[in-house]
Amino acid sequence: MSETSSTALRPPNLHVLLTTVSSDSHTWNLVYLQLLLEELGCQVTNLGACVPDALLIDEVRRIRPDAVVCSTVNGHGHIDGARMIRWLRADPDPAVATIPVIIGGKLGIAGDRDPELLAELLEAGFTTVFTDQARPEDLDLALGRLQPGTAGRPRAALAGAR
Amino acid sequence: MNAPRTSDPVAAPGGLRADLQAFVERAAARDVLVVQPRMGMTDPEAMGAGLRAVAATEATTVGTITVDSYTRVGDLTVAETAVRKGLALNGYPIATHRPEVTRAMLDRVPAAVPVQVRHGSADPRHVFEAMSTTGLYASEGGPVSYCLPYSRMPLAEAAEAWSEACYRLTEEAAAHGRRAHLETFGGCMLGQLCPPSLLVALSVLEAMFFVQRGLRSVSLSYAQQTHAVQDVEALAALGALADEYLPSGIAWHSVLYTYMGVYPRTPEGARLLLESSARVAVRGGAQRLIVKTVAEAHRIPTVEENIAALEFASRAAAGARTEECALPWAWEADYSRIHEEARALIEAALEADSDVGAALHRSFRHGVLDVPYCLHRDNAGRARGAIAACGRLVWAARGSMPLPWRENGGGVRVTSDRLLGMLQHTARTHDHAALTRRAPRARELPDG
Repeated sequence: MSETSSTALRPPNLHVLLTTVSSDSHTWNLVYLQLLLEELGCQVTNLGACVPDALLIDEVRRIRPDAVVCSTVNGHGHIDGARMIRWLRADPDPAVATIPVIIGGKLGIAGDRDPELLAELLEAGFTTVFTDQARPEDLDLALGRLQPGTAGRPRAALAGAR
Repeated sequence: MNAPRTSDPVAAPGGLRADLQAFVERAAARDVLVVQPRMGMTDPEAMGAGLRAVAATEATTVGTITVDSYTRVGDLTVAETAVRKGLALNGYPIATHRPEVTRAMLDRVPAAVPVQVRHGSADPRHVFEAMSTTGLYASEGGPVSYCLPYSRMPLAEAAEAWSEACYRLTEEAAAHGRRAHLETFGGCMLGQLCPPSLLVALSVLEAMFFVQRGLRSVSLSYAQQTHAVQDVEALAALGALADEYLPSGIAWHSVLYTYMGVYPRTPEGARLLLESSARVAVRGGAQRLIVKTVAEAHRIPTVEENIAALEFASRAAAGARTEECALPWAWEADYSRIHEEARALIEAALEADSDVGAALHRSFRHGVLDVPYCLHRDNAGRARGAIAACGRLVWAARGSMPLPWRENGGGVRVTSDRLLGMLQHTARTHDHAALTRRAPRARELPDG
């Protein structure tokens, strides 16, 4: 992994809120990502299995992380993820509505529809979307592009349009 | 050796479903391993056909009704909508189909074959209630094993719900002249990378929890891990501790689960792993085996794939009673280490409270019990399991657990890369062994 180059791009001590979608009870993916993110120099808060949308949004408001990483493998990611991000982007608090949110994993139950789902999820408001083909360095690069505190494009207008 | 304690056979009056424990005892007396699938269909017709197919195999089988995931979490409105619209769920919505529909479905399944309901609920009250109305009294799970791994429910709440559910199920069974049976799922925590001593301890503690709440017939689970000899030792320790901690008058048996982690992708690799689990079950003294199929890495198996797996496992189990099997028998294995570790965990937990439900809750809160890699907020999350070079599952970090042995993991640091490697270890070694057409040697032979 090209750790030195990307680490140089990324501000130190990024605080990442690690989560999954409401219907997903898998946790090995979350355990793995926590280790990976910590190895990349991030501070991680891991919300565990089956995170309700409201809980995630409340935790973003409370913890004020630099980014949210959402991992999902049960095939409902495109449904539950889109609903969650629209809700989050419509939050009246701009700090919540503009937080960078990365989603990745097995997004649907049929792998061949993933390119389509990827576009749909970006449009719904995710900052970055990965399929299950993503490599660790892809996540590293995506985090490297974030600016803590002010990171992410304002999405409130986009979300409000929906 | 600690033979499971047997019970007075419960006569099943004409038409009444066979008692699971008595059925397993009769098979064990004939040196036959009982095999069982996971199986759940939305449509009662398809569910009944699946159960009849399981009953009709050459193997000695217990039938399974696995409930769907909406019923599992108690989201009965969604389950009902799905049934009304004729949508396919991932299991049988037992609390949604009318009791007479389920009873009619069961009437066409031979009564000599026991049926167990499998559900995964942290709060199983609605599932047990539905079972009672359809004449089914055998299920599985536990306040820890169905709470910590998959749900966000506080452990204390799950223990309350399980208490009530256990009392109700035993009362309902007794009122109908039957005996309730519950199997612990504590021996399967997270499916992989939990060292055997903790699995054994949790299985025994959940069995004690059931017995404190009125159950007279229980089974204790353990899931196949990474090393066949170590698994035989674990089953031997489980039997010894069940004998020690369950009061006399309680009938019990032990049940092995074929590997529950990442499964081999090739059919040959999958069969090797299933074969290995059947041998471990027989040699370790388990009386029942929950099988996996060749389709496991890819999708939910068909009825045919389940039948093939049941018959294959049954033949492998018969073969394990011959000298061709290189695994030690439970009485030959040195299980003292797993026994001592598990015993220390059980004793420490029971010190917290005489009520096993409260003892479990307190022990987890204080990290006296700590499931590796479990993210639930009532779990301390400081323990780590790892696969040692010899293939055995060991402690890489013990958190605050009072384990009597100091060494073990040898200072293994679990990195993201290493975790991925360990999660895929069993699938990889079996796929590879299948390619080279030999059993994975290190897993079959006692360490030198």
